[in-house]
Amino acid sequence: MIKAILVFNNHGKPRLTKFYQYFNEEMQQQIIKETFQLVSKRDDNVCNFLEGGSLIGGADYKLIYRHYATLYFVFCVDSSESELGILDLIQVFVETLDKCFENVCELDLIFHVDKVHYILNELVMGGMVLETNMTEIITRIEDQNKLEKQEGPYNSASTSSLKAGLAAAPARAVSAVKNMNLPQQIKDIKLPDLPAAIKDLKF
Amino acid sequence: MALRKVKGNLERMFDKNLTDLVRGIRNNKETESKYISQCMEEIKTELRQDNLAVKANAVAKLTYLQMLGYDISWAGFNIIEVMSSPKFTYKRIGYLSASQCFHQDTEVLMLTTNMIRKDLNSHNMYDSGTALTGLACFISGDLARDLANDVMTLLTSTKPYLRKKAVLLLYKVFLKFPEALRPAFPRLKEKLEDPDPGVQSAAVNVICELARKNPKNYLSLAPVFFKLMTSSTNNWMLIKIIKLFGALTPLEPRLGKKLIEPLTNLIHSTSAMSLLYECINTVIAVLISISSGMPNHNASIQLCVQKLRILIEDSDQNLKYLGLLAMSKILKTHPKSVQAHKDLVLQCLDDKDESIRLRALDLLYGMVTKKTVMEIVRRLMTHMDRAEGTMYRDELLQKIILICSQNNFQYITNFEWYVSVLVELCRMEGTQHGGLIASQLMDVAIRVVAVREFTVGQMALLLDNAHVIVGPAAARSSIAEVLYAAAWICGEFSQLLANPKATLESMVRGKVVSLPGHIQAIYVHNMLKLYAHIIATAEEEDDSEMIEEVTNLLLERLPVFVSSGDLEVQERASCIVHIVTYVQKCHKHGDKVGADLALLMTGELNPVAPKAQKKVPLPDGLDLDAWINDPPSESEEEEDDALEKEIFVKADSSYKHRKEKYEPSEEELQKLRDARRAEQASNPYYVKSSALSSPRPNHNSIQVDEIPVTAIDLNVSLKIPGMTSLDKYQVVDGWQDGGKKRHKKQKKRSKRKGQVSSSSEEEINRMHVVNTDIGEMPEGAHLSDDYEIDDRPEDDPHRALDINLDEPLSPNEVLPTRTHYEAHAQRKIESNNEAKLIPSEIPLKMKTRNKKERKEKKEKTKKVKKEEKKVKKKPSRDANLILDLIDPLKETVISDKVPVAANHINGIADAKNKEKTSDDLDFWLSKELSQTPESCMDGTTKTASPSTPSSSKDDSKSKKTKTKKEKKAKKEKDRDKPEKKLKKNEKEIDTLSRNRDEYEETNGTVTQEVEEKLAVPEPQPYSRLLAEDSHIRIVYSTAAMDGVMSEILVCIKFISQSSKPISKLQLILPDSSALKMIRTDPQSELVNLPWSLDPGESKETQLSFTAEDVTIPHKLRGSLSYIQDGSSSSSDISLRLEFPVTTFLSGKTASRATFTDLLSSGQLSARSSFTLPNCPWSFPEVLEELTLGGSLAVVECVDQTASLYGRSLHGHHVCLLVKYQASHHLTIDGKSTEGILLSNALDHLKTTLMQKQ
Repeated sequence: MIKAILVFNNHGKPRLTKFYQYFNEEMQQQIIKETFQLVSKRDDNVCNFLEGGSLIGGADYKLIYRHYATLYFVFCVDSSESELGILDLIQVFVETLDKCFENVCELDLIFHVDKVHYILNELVMGGMVLETNMTEIITRIEDQNKLEKQEGPYNSASTSSLKAGLAAAPARAVSAVKNMNLPQQIKDIKLPDLPAAIKDLKF
Repeated sequence: MALRKVKGNLERMFDKNLTDLVRGIRNNKETESKYISQCMEEIKTELRQDNLAVKANAVAKLTYLQMLGYDISWAGFNIIEVMSSPKFTYKRIGYLSASQCFHQDTEVLMLTTNMIRKDLNSHNMYDSGTALTGLACFISGDLARDLANDVMTLLTSTKPYLRKKAVLLLYKVFLKFPEALRPAFPRLKEKLEDPDPGVQSAAVNVICELARKNPKNYLSLAPVFFKLMTSSTNNWMLIKIIKLFGALTPLEPRLGKKLIEPLTNLIHSTSAMSLLYECINTVIAVLISISSGMPNHNASIQLCVQKLRILIEDSDQNLKYLGLLAMSKILKTHPKSVQAHKDLVLQCLDDKDESIRLRALDLLYGMVTKKTVMEIVRRLMTHMDRAEGTMYRDELLQKIILICSQNNFQYITNFEWYVSVLVELCRMEGTQHGGLIASQLMDVAIRVVAVREFTVGQMALLLDNAHVIVGPAAARSSIAEVLYAAAWICGEFSQLLANPKATLESMVRGKVVSLPGHIQAIYVHNMLKLYAHIIATAEEEDDSEMIEEVTNLLLERLPVFVSSGDLEVQERASCIVHIVTYVQKCHKHGDKVGADLALLMTGELNPVAPKAQKKVPLPDGLDLDAWINDPPSESEEEEDDALEKEIFVKADSSYKHRKEKYEPSEEELQKLRDARRAEQASNPYYVKSSALSSPRPNHNSIQVDEIPVTAIDLNVSLKIPGMTSLDKYQVVDGWQDGGKKRHKKQKKRSKRKGQVSSSSEEEINRMHVVNTDIGEMPEGAHLSDDYEIDDRPEDDPHRALDINLDEPLSPNEVLPTRTHYEAHAQRKIESNNEAKLIPSEIPLKMKTRNKKERKEKKEKTKKVKKEEKKVKKKPSRDANLILDLIDPLKETVISDKVPVAANHINGIADAKNKEKTSDDLDFWLSKELSQTPESCMDGTTKTASPSTPSSSKDDSKSKKTKTKKEKKAKKEKDRDKPEKKLKKNEKEIDTLSRNRDEYEETNGTVTQEVEEKLAVPEPQPYSRLLAEDSHIRIVYSTAAMDGVMSEILVCIKFISQSSKPISKLQLILPDSSALKMIRTDPQSELVNLPWSLDPGESKETQLSFTAEDVTIPHKLRGSLSYIQDGSSSSSDISLRLEFPVTTFLSGKTASRATFTDLLSSGQLSARSSFTLPNCPWSFPEVLEELTLGGSLAVVECVDQTASLYGRSLHGHHVCLLVKYQASHHLTIDGKSTEGILLSNALDHLKTTLMQKQ
């Protein structure tokens, strides 16, 4: 079982939180904080497993994470999950995001956290792995986006289709202009080459 | 311009969307919380509007704010509003928000039941998908109970996407509503053989989760999983299965033996590291469970260790970590094989990654031997010096002590060295393990008599240098604890001290007062011991100067302790002050009191067994749970509350209470005394009454001056002068240096100890004898682990899921449907053996009831089984229909003998006898190992394949099945046919005999017989005759597939009546204007049946139809052509399929609530009724006819009256009220939303009921 999925940036700002076990908001924030502290002090060239934090989990739980450019993707799982399998799942998740957002970057996650949730929901359901095949996942997401489009425009840019095309272009431009004065430069998330071990896992 | 600006602002005001919110938060970094509270206000106004779009927008924003840590549960009701939107866009937003902030205790959830049910049954696949996903996050016990049946219905959806999600959701349903597990389990099991790999994988996932917590209940599934494991190529699923086997093997060693071979094959063949790793893990689990007796046992371990070494040597840190993790599992049972890789582990200790270092440390624990312990500890100590971060350092410290102390100091040969290590460890700054070091020191001092003197010397030095240990950093650590040990050891063994007076002085010196209270108390207490010793020796030597000096010293320093804040310190100190003053007084008179004083502290201390306290036998008649005082009555307590303030002022009230105090009788007092004495006997700190009997032993074996003392090195700040350095022990290092030095050392040692040790190069003898007794125990008690504890926390939902799944289901173990629970009616019908027709609700106290029922069940199993089988014939057909709907080909052949499967509608599962399943498992496990792979390959696994195909009949039969199977395989690529066969065979055995041995002997012939017996056509009660000629008889039945698929399923059964095989069966069924068949080839009206009929055989095929108008009955004409073997021309029969309107009805969604809603809503405008004055049928028979023939469901049944409900494929509602009066007067009143449908339905029902008349 997966107990929680957290995505936060290099400064510990949450970009996506999904808890499959109930914690109140205050506790959730503490967990994010603790997890960030545990994960962020680790070098990039050390292993991706961590014995669970004190707040979330306990002896049976592990934190399995990956670091992509400005973002950490952390999964808190128990011993029934395969460690390498979860690393792979994170990779599938990020690659799916990359496909859906066309070169995903932190900004996409900031402004479209709902969509990221919908994507995640096609991978993991209630803490259990639902689907690992990327084509299947993307088909499902596109189907649902189509469905949303058919229902007519929703006045929020947040629900405009992922592949928004022309319709959403102005909105994007505006946000780009608005973001000019942002202090931190957000880089594209580049997917590093997978270690050989993980590449080998076929679905 | 200005106008536009205003307008823009207005839009902003009302339409701030999620993007704007995020942007706003980012632009207001400094005033974030202010900005957000402003947004919250806006959201609140938005939520008050009626426009759903605005609400959805607001909820989307709330979801974002929730992530930032804001509580949004106040908006629960609005979230539900958005969830209930008919638009997918908004629904999705609502469900997302709900899944983020709802949980099982959210109160508004109880409003959602019907809405979620509607979404689950929605025609839009993604609506249901969204609902399933959301439900998985916030499902509560109530929702689980109410929606279990709907989730079960989705298991049979045509869409793998929904099946997959429904399967996963089942796990959550079980957690919240454990009663659902047993009725639902057979369905779940079926999903293991789902044609869609995703669904299969999900089912494996769920069962693995269930089995992980309660493995013993899932052992019987091992054969199914074994087959999956040997046939699947899906790595995700394989990993899960292999992990599951890892959990199962400890319970069944035979399973492990069976697993070794395929797992080893996988290890050799797979290229996926994750799979390889899990295989190794499971092999390790297997090897642990089968301790010995495997021929290639060692080979397997070697293979694992080799592969792990490759992992550890990999440059990828992740693999290295996992490799070490798995290695530590092997270590527990096969330390030898791991020890060979010590170099690797030590290398990992130097790794830059802390996780890896910690794992390597774990491994070291098991790698030490007598020879290597010193080297390993030395290495760890150097690591400790280098380690930054107290966490890792503490871990190291703990590991060092664990390594050394394991198994009663098994690997320690030189205890002087060990004591020095411990003393060295005291220097570690900021450690949290001070208590651990202290207890080790005391343990060694007490148990290793030979090294006691040395220890005492070291402790005296520690006391002398207490200021170094308790430095400024001590506040955050527990290192002061070692002073506790030092003070106690010095006091207790004061006769071994070189200079007792100096030690006493160092104990009373300044800093002591800053120590924690309990340590001060020990200090004070041991001062007395030291004092007594000094006085006694001084008196012997007539050293009055010494006496005076120490007495004055104590009298001068003790008042500090007398005024201590700590009660115990104070008490002890004032006691000692008085003793010392008394001694002083005596000395003034010239009396010698030293011996008397020493008598206070005499007595040998022995180790006490860890569980001794628990083992102290309870004296007869002592009830520890009994009240000592009479429990205060409720009213008195209230009184107390009222008087609370007065109690301390008013003596009267407290006096009153005192008066009521319980006065123990003399007898009881005696018992208490006995108990106390027994306790004292087992407490090491109690001086025993038989003090004189055990004089203290003299320890002259070690000469104090022979202990080497290193020079004081003032440059090293933390070095304690006089402390033995560890360096000198490195000489004994038997690991890197050859035996020479060690030999020398040993000589020296043996000289010192005055005993000759038979020293060989290989074995290092223990220098010191350790008292390794388990310790003192109360008489008659034995040290045993008779405390079996379920280590799962009390609130673990898995506790409730410890349910035996092999026991047959009892008729009332069904999933609750939306039906009013009528106890009376149910009982009545049950007695008519028709309980299955009436969906009943599970009573709340199911659990306790179940137990009883199970017991009864066991006794009755045999009887009941027969009956059940009879009844089950009917539901089984439905179940099969549903099962085969999931086949993408829509047209399948099912052998007549497919075992009875669960009928999900009524929740009746196949009732396997428990004995049988366990027998099956036994049989499967006992099969010869070598046969396993083949038997799995040709698909006649499990119970079916006999070890030796003895009879020729059997041979020919298996050939036949093979060719048949090949044909099928061509037609249906994805289908897993073997499994069907397997089930078939299983059933045969079931029917015939449960005796395995008998079966094994007579398998071939028996199978044949049974087949013949079963092949005799049995008229199915609700299948209608379609056509018949001299060679073939065709019957059919129909079922409406409501909900996700609006189809009618027709099951056509062909029964051969010919003596020759019939082949090339071809159905020609042209569509009518209103009724269309769903075909694989839309162009052709032909349906080819891909099989032939042997004489006496019967087979089924299923066709799906859609109807445009469901309010009128339909007919379909067609023909069947076939060729009888031996005749050249084909024969034709014309067919006439009838679809009365009841075909299109389904009662699946019936519930009392919706039923009454419907009746009161006024929607049911159409009415119709008929009466049968002379109905020859009994009431239950009528009901059966209506429910099975008319596909309606009973909503409520009271006495001889029942209300029934059915919904057409197009959503028309039909409600019937059936009244059955005495003298066989039957009245049926109907109401419906559709008049034509109702009148047609009633007409049909009337004719059928009349016909039977």
